[in-house]
Amino acid sequence: MLTYVPARAWGTRVAAVMLSLAVVYFLVSIAGNANFGWAVVGEYLFDARILSGFYLTIWLTLVTMVIGVVLGTVFAVMAMSGNVVISTVANAYIWFFRGTPVLVQLIFWYNLGALFPELSLGIPFTDWGVSVPTNTLISPITAAVLGLGLNEGAYMSEIIRSGLLAVDPGQRQAATSLGMTARKALWRIVLPQAMPVIIPPTGNQTIGMLKTSSLVSVISLSDLLYSAQTIYSRNFQTIPLLIVACLWYLFATTILSWLQSRIERHFARSRNTST
Amino acid sequence: MHAPMIVFDRVSKNFGNLPVLRDINLTVSAGEVISLIGPSGSGKSTLLRCVNHLERIDSGSVTVDGELIGYRRAGNHAHELPEKLIAKQRARIGMVFQNFNLFGHKTALENVMEAPVHVLRIPREEAKERAIQLLTRVGLSDKMQNYPRMLSGGQQQRVAIARALAMKPKVILFDEPTSALDPELVGEVLEVMRDLASDGMTMMVVTHEMSFAREVCHRIAFMEGGRIVECGKPAEVLDNPAFERTRAFLSRVQ
Repeated sequence: MLTYVPARAWGTRVAAVMLSLAVVYFLVSIAGNANFGWAVVGEYLFDARILSGFYLTIWLTLVTMVIGVVLGTVFAVMAMSGNVVISTVANAYIWFFRGTPVLVQLIFWYNLGALFPELSLGIPFTDWGVSVPTNTLISPITAAVLGLGLNEGAYMSEIIRSGLLAVDPGQRQAATSLGMTARKALWRIVLPQAMPVIIPPTGNQTIGMLKTSSLVSVISLSDLLYSAQTIYSRNFQTIPLLIVACLWYLFATTILSWLQSRIERHFARSRNTST
Repeated sequence: MHAPMIVFDRVSKNFGNLPVLRDINLTVSAGEVISLIGPSGSGKSTLLRCVNHLERIDSGSVTVDGELIGYRRAGNHAHELPEKLIAKQRARIGMVFQNFNLFGHKTALENVMEAPVHVLRIPREEAKERAIQLLTRVGLSDKMQNYPRMLSGGQQQRVAIARALAMKPKVILFDEPTSALDPELVGEVLEVMRDLASDGMTMMVVTHEMSFAREVCHRIAFMEGGRIVECGKPAEVLDNPAFERTRAFLSRVQ
C-alpha cells in the first residue's frame, strides 16, 4: 500500500510568510504614527456634518445611477435601431457626454442660466406654454443630478449595448416566432439574459460614481468629501479628516460590492449545472 | 388530404441583387407533411421563414389557413401589417430552429409556459398543466425543472417542439431540426416529429435526413437556385427523380 504525498509548494509558502510580515509591519507603522491623528479620526467619524455629507454622497450615487441605467437602456436600444436618425442621435449623445469631462458638464449645468435665462415648457415656435427663470429651477442639486446622470447614461448605454449584443440573435427570433412583439421580446427574453454581462461593469460604474460624485464640491454641494474639506479648512487636521472620508467611502464600497455579488448570483442561477 | 393550409403564390425574394426565391408556387394541405431538400443556399430556409414573416417577400403572396401573411390587401396594394397583428399571426405558426433557441434563463417548463402565459394570456395554472402534458408527451417529464444548458441537444430540441406545440399552432415549421445534433440523438427528435405527423399536424421540414423524408413525409420538394425543381411523393423524387439536378444532389447526400 502506497501513501501518496502531494508536492509541497515551498516557494509559495515562503512568499506567503514574507508577505504577512510585510503587512503586519505596514499596519504597525501606520497605527503607531501619531501624525495620522487616529484620535481626531475617532472624534470626527460620526460628526453630524460628515454623516449628512455621507448621506448626500449615497443619495447622489443611487439617484444618478438609476438615471444612468434608464437613459442607458433607452440610448442602447436607440443606438441599435435600424433608423439612421434615431441611431445617430443616440450615438451623438454617447459621443458628446463621453467626450467631455464630467467636471465641465457639472459646471455647465450649474451655469445654464447664463445660456438660457428662462426655461419654458410649451409648444415650440408658438407662444403657448409657461416660462420660469432658469436659476429657480436649476439648484446645485438638480445641476449635480443632471450632470452626473446624463454623463452616466452615456457610459451605461455602452455597457447595456454590449450586454444586448452578447445575447444570441436566435433568442429574439424564437421569441418573435412565438408571437411576441419586439418590445416584449426585449423585456422578457433578451434583457434578462443580458444581465450577467451588464451587472459586473455596472457595479464598477456604481463604485466609480460613489467617488466621482465628490466632484459636486465645485458647485458647492456638501457631499462627504466636501464636508471633510470644510472641517479641515478650519481646524487644519487635513489627514485625519481625509481618513474619515475614506473610511466612509470604503464602507459604502464594501456594501455595494456585497450587493453586486448577491445580484450576480441571482442572475447566474440558470448557469448552475445542478438542479 | 384536406383543404389548403399553406399557399405560396408566385413568391419571389432577393437579397440585394441576389435572387433567393424565384416564382415559388406551392400548396401544402392541412395535415400534410412536406420536406424541403436541396443544396445549401438553395432557398429552403428562406422559404420556410417567409411563412411566419421572419423574411419579407418581394412579390407574390403567402397565405396560411386562408389568411394573407404579413400584409393587408387594399386594392392593388399590400400594406405591411402593424407589428402586433404580425405577432398575432406568428403566434399560431410554430417554428423549430436548428440551434433550438431555448430561452437560456428559463427552465424547460418555463420555456413551454412562456408564450401561452405572456402572449395568449392563458392563466398560469392552466398553462402549467398543459406544459407538463406536452413535456411528458415528448418524453421529458423528469427534466421539467432543468435549464437548457443542463439538457442534451436532443432533449433541448424536444423541449423546443413542446414549446411550439403549447401555442396550439396550425402548422409547425422545422428549420433543419436535427442538423446540430450528435448522430445518436437524431432518432429521439425524429421520433417526436413522426408522432406529430401521425397526429395530423401540418408540417414543413427543411432537412437533410433522407430516411425521415422518405418514411414520414407525404411529399418532398427539391429546391435549387431559389426554385422548386421538382415536388412529389418521396418514392418518386428520391428513387426516380425527373431531373438530372435532383439526381446529382441525391447521389451526393445518400
